[in-house]
Amino acid sequence: MRDTESTGYHAVSWKEPIVHQLSRKGRRGHQVPLAENELRATIGDVTSNIPDKMRRKHPPELPELSEPDVVRHYIRLSQETYGVDSGIHMHGTCTMKYSPKLNEYITRSPKVADLHPLQAVDTVQGALQVMYEFQKWLCQLSGMAEFSLQPRGGAHAVFGNARIIRAYHKFNGELAQRKEIVTTVLSHPCNGGSPATAGFEVVTLYPNEETGYPDIEALKSAVSSRTAGLMMTDPYDTGIFDSNLEEYIKIVHEAGGLVAIDQANANSLLGRLRIGDVGADLCHFNLHKSFSTPHGSTGPGTAAIGASEKLSKFLPIPTVTFDGNRYSLDYNRPHSIGKLGEFYGVFPNVLRAYAWMMAMGAEGLGEASEVAVINNNYLLRKLLKVRGVSLPWLESHPFRLQEARFSLQKLHEETGIGVADVNRRIVDYGIQDMETSHEPWIIPEPFTPEPPETTSKEDLDRFAEVIDAISHEAYTSPEVVRTAPHNATISRIDRAPSRHPKRWAMTWRAYLRKASGDKC
Amino acid sequence: MLKEIGVQSVEELFVDIPQRIRLKKRLQLPPAKSEYHVRREVEAILSRNKACGELISFLGAGCWPHYVPAVCDEINSRSEFLTAYAGDVYADLGRYQAFFEFQSMIGDLVAMDVVSFPWYGWGNVSGDSARMAVMITDRHEILTPRTVGPDRLSIMRGQCEGLADIKLVKNDPVTGQVSLEDLKNKISSKTAAVHIENPTYLGFVESQCMEISEIAHDHGALFTVEVEPLSLGVLAPPGEYGADIVCGEGQPLGMHMNFGGGLLGFLACRDDERFVSAVPHRLITITTTERKGEWGFTYVLPERTMFAARDKAKSFTGTATALWAITAAVYLSLLGPNGLRELAEVIMQKSHYAIKRMSEMSGIKVPVFNSCHFEEFTANFDTTGKTVSQVNRFLLNSGVIGGKDITEEFPELGNTALYCVTEMHTKADIDKLAAALEEAIQ
Repeated sequence: MRDTESTGYHAVSWKEPIVHQLSRKGRRGHQVPLAENELRATIGDVTSNIPDKMRRKHPPELPELSEPDVVRHYIRLSQETYGVDSGIHMHGTCTMKYSPKLNEYITRSPKVADLHPLQAVDTVQGALQVMYEFQKWLCQLSGMAEFSLQPRGGAHAVFGNARIIRAYHKFNGELAQRKEIVTTVLSHPCNGGSPATAGFEVVTLYPNEETGYPDIEALKSAVSSRTAGLMMTDPYDTGIFDSNLEEYIKIVHEAGGLVAIDQANANSLLGRLRIGDVGADLCHFNLHKSFSTPHGSTGPGTAAIGASEKLSKFLPIPTVTFDGNRYSLDYNRPHSIGKLGEFYGVFPNVLRAYAWMMAMGAEGLGEASEVAVINNNYLLRKLLKVRGVSLPWLESHPFRLQEARFSLQKLHEETGIGVADVNRRIVDYGIQDMETSHEPWIIPEPFTPEPPETTSKEDLDRFAEVIDAISHEAYTSPEVVRTAPHNATISRIDRAPSRHPKRWAMTWRAYLRKASGDKC
Repeated sequence: MLKEIGVQSVEELFVDIPQRIRLKKRLQLPPAKSEYHVRREVEAILSRNKACGELISFLGAGCWPHYVPAVCDEINSRSEFLTAYAGDVYADLGRYQAFFEFQSMIGDLVAMDVVSFPWYGWGNVSGDSARMAVMITDRHEILTPRTVGPDRLSIMRGQCEGLADIKLVKNDPVTGQVSLEDLKNKISSKTAAVHIENPTYLGFVESQCMEISEIAHDHGALFTVEVEPLSLGVLAPPGEYGADIVCGEGQPLGMHMNFGGGLLGFLACRDDERFVSAVPHRLITITTTERKGEWGFTYVLPERTMFAARDKAKSFTGTATALWAITAAVYLSLLGPNGLRELAEVIMQKSHYAIKRMSEMSGIKVPVFNSCHFEEFTANFDTTGKTVSQVNRFLLNSGVIGGKDITEEFPELGNTALYCVTEMHTKADIDKLAAALEEAIQ
């Protein structure tokens, strides 16, 4: 069924073949810079030095295409992708704010692109200045003492924080005893997954049905001399600020543990609350969320770890220092956890975020938070008028911060249409699908829109109208929703290969092998 | 909008944040600036950098200077790719297809059937490989050669802390090749994997891969291999010499160095349920749709990753390096099989020309190891009486960035630098290096 008329939209649909299917023998899309004849004559056939058993006997089965073939193919794939710049994109927990184009322009300068990370520091003073000043600004924004810009994503930063917690207890001779990290289920999954990777046992607290966050008593009973630390997100993806935070921190500190707060949802806090002032020992910000660096189709991201005075000696090496005249890299930090990743993280993102903060200034940051929170509460009022939509903890928290997690449970009960159906249908209206919820779904049939400060009132109105239109369809003609999408790039996919070893194929070569009936 | 919400002032919306903990003062940050002023100020700061294009650089060591075809930047600047994130396949088919193509072409390069979603960088995927080997074998020791890149080793150890010990195997002092004797002495029923780099951090090709693979497998351990992808234009793919897990660094596949910000880790393994279940990152499979002629894509065993399993997952995952994976797909489809082979040959010709020029100078021992090299090689300055940092300071004054000083990383090699030569270097560049070195060591 096609119903472009009812939604007024249809996505680009190229039915683009896999790049290997476009291959034509003998085509080439790029000429490599050959060695000069004189050079070749001097050294002869060097590949004959490769021991025979280590020589590649068959060329890789890569596709053969011309440059225009490649450009057209990937331009088409880009057209079949929906970014922040494409339209209404409010994927929750991700702070999909607009990224100013100037920052992209600056980042692609050869003064950035062609810098090698191991050049002598005197040849990279500009890059080090950006890193140094940016981390100082983050200190100002968070109340922490020092930052590392090395992590390449939020989960990486949380892993780094877990390792710092480990290093701290090891330093104090208490690691053998302190094996537990306490977290809350509404925290991002990395607050459980990253400390588990770092070797901790994880204790997860659930929210009170009335308040939306755990009771003080629940935390007290989870905390003991085995506690290494508390690692949690605040505010949560429900847009609720866990106002027990100060009390939690006190309890965990009294038990000898540390506290690391995931600030991936900090877009509503800029200039209003500094997590360091509340007593957190560690935190992290995602530059690809609150600080406007583009999400790049899922990275590269950057997360910045902030540490209190007490913990800064454990930060990854190197840190950037400044003696008033010259910037340097300090590797001489004997208590450091070492390297979290290569070099200094994703410098282009640091530069983008630096340029963004420079444009915003202190007042601009505060204003961005306010506009984002107004946007969210405006959208919230509109969505609550939609039949079948509810908001858990509405009574105790009528106003939310950066986002809100709604439920379509009522819609599902009354029409059989759930969030997965709505999410396929929303694409038919030319809107990016919605974040449902991280696992586990403690809110049934969840959806989590997050309208950052760069969302217009018209987009908020349109989004609410579309949710209302889909709700109406669910009550009057559910089949159109159940069989969606109709106007998207493709029709409903067969998800069965997802868990069938004989049918899944993560590469074209595996696909060809399995399609030809070969045993796997 | 406030009226619609039903409040008088924006402050009312922040009611959840206790007054007591709110910030009472203004942030000490510079005032807001116009776009023009931001551009001027940032460009002035960046002008203090001297980029590799302004100098002639011979630095590699995990981030290499390769030519980036203009098409790569054209595609990764497309704002749909640049600003998308986590949409499902109905809104974002194009990026899923590009990821599948990335997985496919990495699979072609390394000759493995399963390739995962891209990840942070070489060190982090090495750590993941080690963790996977522990999960698959239920053993807790990894053996790797002494020549492994020290930063990579540090990252790996960090990711395996409390889970596995990483022990070093000796190398032959003359050839650099893994000492099979020491490997045989150290391998045991505790060994989860024998993990090697090829080419190694120090630039030479490990040529005993078949033998190492056999030793590992004879002891019930896995054989895990790290690769630099361009070398696979001329070197045998690990899938053909017994590797169970392959990982490596994809920055050479169309990413600018970006001060180390262009890294792209890749991870491949056997198409075996035990392996697939142990991969910590997203995996995308091709599938079909209700309409004929359409390809669809979906995640494999999504409950396996941290997104669903939280603290029960094998390792953490999250925001990755997707834009670089799309770029690598573009790069590999531009080069194709013949371009890749030709590029690898050109790199070898140029690096070997540099080796030849440097080895003609008395006082420099190059390469330190008597083995076949790809694009990087070691140069020892002991008999010149100069330290690497003295030599490099002199070179910089002549507009040349010398090789990485590895004297502290490998004290047993003396005053040694790690040089990198790629297709970017012309004969004139290498001759200039040689002339500058000649003066530097006098």
